[in-house]
Amino acid sequence: MESLDAWDRAKLALTLLAIDPTGLGGLVIRARNGPVRDAFAETYHAMPQPIIKFHPAMDDDTLFGGVDLTETLTRGLLTLRKGLLGREGTALLSMAERCEPALAVRLAMALDSGQLRSLIAIDEGVKPDEQVPDALRERLAFNIHLDMPMNAIGLLPDQSEIEIARTRLNAISTHDETLEAIVSLSAQLGISSARAPIFALRAARAHAAFHGRLDIKSDDIETAAALCLAHRATMLSAPPNQDEPETAPQDSQDQGDDAGEAEVQTLDDRILEAVLASLPDGLLDQFKQKGTVGRGSGAGAKNRSNRRGRPKSSRAGRLSGRNRLDLIATLRAAAPWQKIRGAKHGRVKITPSDFRIKQYEEKSDRLLIFAVDASGSAAIARLAEAKGAVELLLADAYSRRDHVCLISFRGNSSEVLLPPTRSLVQTKKRLAALPGGGGTPLASGLVEALGMSHQARNHGMSPCIILLTDGRANIALDGSPDRMKAGADAEQIARQICAIGVETITLDLGNRPANFLANLASEMNGIYMPLPRADARKVSGAVSTVLGN
Amino acid sequence: MKQPFPFSAIVGQEEMKLSMVLTAIDPSIGGVLVFGDRGTGKSTAVRALAALLPEIKKVEGCPVNSENPDEVPDWAELETKSTSLAPTPVIDLPLGVTEDRVTGALDIEKALSQGKKAFQPGLLARANRGYLYIDEVNLLEDHIVDLLLDVAQSGENVVEREGLSIRHAARFVLVGSGNPEEGELRPQLLDRFGLSVEVASPKTVQERVEVIKRRDAFETDYEAFMVRWKAEDALVRGQIEAARKALIQLKSSDETLTDIAELCLNLGADGLRGELTLLKAARAFAAYREDTAIGRDHIRAVAPMALRHRLRRDPLDDAGSGARVSRVVEDVLS
Repeated sequence: MESLDAWDRAKLALTLLAIDPTGLGGLVIRARNGPVRDAFAETYHAMPQPIIKFHPAMDDDTLFGGVDLTETLTRGLLTLRKGLLGREGTALLSMAERCEPALAVRLAMALDSGQLRSLIAIDEGVKPDEQVPDALRERLAFNIHLDMPMNAIGLLPDQSEIEIARTRLNAISTHDETLEAIVSLSAQLGISSARAPIFALRAARAHAAFHGRLDIKSDDIETAAALCLAHRATMLSAPPNQDEPETAPQDSQDQGDDAGEAEVQTLDDRILEAVLASLPDGLLDQFKQKGTVGRGSGAGAKNRSNRRGRPKSSRAGRLSGRNRLDLIATLRAAAPWQKIRGAKHGRVKITPSDFRIKQYEEKSDRLLIFAVDASGSAAIARLAEAKGAVELLLADAYSRRDHVCLISFRGNSSEVLLPPTRSLVQTKKRLAALPGGGGTPLASGLVEALGMSHQARNHGMSPCIILLTDGRANIALDGSPDRMKAGADAEQIARQICAIGVETITLDLGNRPANFLANLASEMNGIYMPLPRADARKVSGAVSTVLGN
Repeated sequence: MKQPFPFSAIVGQEEMKLSMVLTAIDPSIGGVLVFGDRGTGKSTAVRALAALLPEIKKVEGCPVNSENPDEVPDWAELETKSTSLAPTPVIDLPLGVTEDRVTGALDIEKALSQGKKAFQPGLLARANRGYLYIDEVNLLEDHIVDLLLDVAQSGENVVEREGLSIRHAARFVLVGSGNPEEGELRPQLLDRFGLSVEVASPKTVQERVEVIKRRDAFETDYEAFMVRWKAEDALVRGQIEAARKALIQLKSSDETLTDIAELCLNLGADGLRGELTLLKAARAFAAYREDTAIGRDHIRAVAPMALRHRLRRDPLDDAGSGARVSRVVEDVLS
């Protein structure tokens, strides 16, 4: 495939989707509002079915149908409403990056069961972490970035060509080599999901149909791989013979003649090049973010809720099945109108406008875990400053719902000096005498912090680890004074901290910033800050700034 | 609408398939937790389960799937009480579901149109005697988790709200799936799942090609594909039914019990639920294999899925808890 510009790429993706909407599931378009996106919206008409607009704040009744309460009450007759999922059409989900996991799972279910043929998700996210939920993204074949100037807008897809291609789709034959090429390509790109190669196959088939072919050529595979596989890649290319015995078992197949296999191999390489060429800029940086954490409240994140938590005042609204009626407030709202509405004695007439919905605010507390390096000669001073910072942070913790705990590591182990608390008094008492000196068992300190994070999560708190140290790890987890092993251990734990998605701040208190700590911080996907000769006030200031208070 | 992808057509994933078959043989094993990356066939397997399970005898129209007419709750107000065979219910519990929909609540429809105070049964009622499936179980809201734990413990759903006072049987097998990268499960909920399996993509090209081939055939050549694989599903169903009958005959010897206790002790698995589940799973596996006694092979085969989620967390062990279990199994049963 010659390298296409952004518009043609997007157009091609939509064309293929229009040819095989059910097989390809749909596409994600990442684009801000603007003329380019408006121009692209014209291409949706190529889809074989009408467009149905979806919204990320849809409730279950809108989606699945149910009693239309407003109509029922106004007319005094039971009125049912048909859900959006019951209608034939292509769903268009705007502001898809704001889609909650709950809705994403429902839409994914609808796509799986065939209730929903295809979905176009418009992702207006700005920051890298604003994205369409994985459950949904996974089930849509394409992911298109419409990031280009206005003058790059090109032609619209040709409707009649698409219709002809659709009729050809079932006649196209698939060879085993095609399947093998697609599968080994996904393996080389580190894609584990089975959905990706299936999408690639269907995209290749649609592409072949579009070009009037009766079987799939390497050109079709290249295009399909660039469109379906590139954005799912988790690594660039593994040496094919090294880590997996993939190529070996092929000999057992009778048809495996050497020439044919070599051909497949070179084909793979060419396609791989095409895929690499079509990787969008900045995608490589995203590889690391694979472990982004879901927004479910089960993990104890902050949460606005309409079912539990601290009650707020009720507001007028519609009953949707996801919220609760505030009966007293509803009656109170209806009361002044009773005479006008002609209510008979002993009866209250209520109209939908009287409904008051309960609102709750649920916010989980945060636990700041200070992991303080108490090794070496400067230990006493550093600990004293850390203690000061903890006290300063606690002093205004009431306004911020923060809990604090302090872990110190020195010698060959770590200990919890201050269990999670909000009590300033307890802090002062506990931290009166602080032991210091010895080696730096950084990994051991991080293990303690990790354990504390798990505990915090289980109690519904959101943990945040603040690491205060000035130097290199030199004591390994098993207590041996082995610098190499100590560093490796620390990095391993750091990766685990990253994997469970705990926020981290690494404060480097050394006189010169240490590379090792910067690496460690990025391993934890957290923030690194060199703060030479910091005192308590500086530390607490830095923490407050980072945490956005 | 199309039938779901057939169970026996799923390529590989033997541990996941076995775990589901075992709970079908003995529902008291108590549910399966499937953890793994996206696109590894988790939801496909669960949706296929419904078509695989043997049918149950139930009172027609009963909201809680009662087996006998005298078990039908009064509030159901059923007039005819004839029984018939029906598929085992597999009910989806979606994320973000409200408590009302789970436990059941006042039937607003009837309240508005007829002014009657009636009970509208929820998902728990529909799942009685069947399966309750939670996709993305690790993202489930805490208050729903609490509710499920409570009901799973007592086997009974109690609704006391809006002037209603209703209780009905709610015994179900809990099946959860999720992606561990997106959050962990509370230990209390983990413990409720009898078995836990980890799924990954197939490792060889052949297997992956086969996955795509079958999926493609399912989508493009639906009729022929279903004829072929429905026959395979019927075979598995026959095996499940035979194993259910054989289950009663299988007694556990003292050696088996000692092995199991020693295993759990060595692994430091919390609570006694581990031992019980391991015993039941091993028995179901022996019945499935048409063996006449529970042996060490059976224990060895099911120990990882019965125990891996009951271990204490070890931050340094990269091998995963499945491998830890296997290691100890080799030591104890050698």
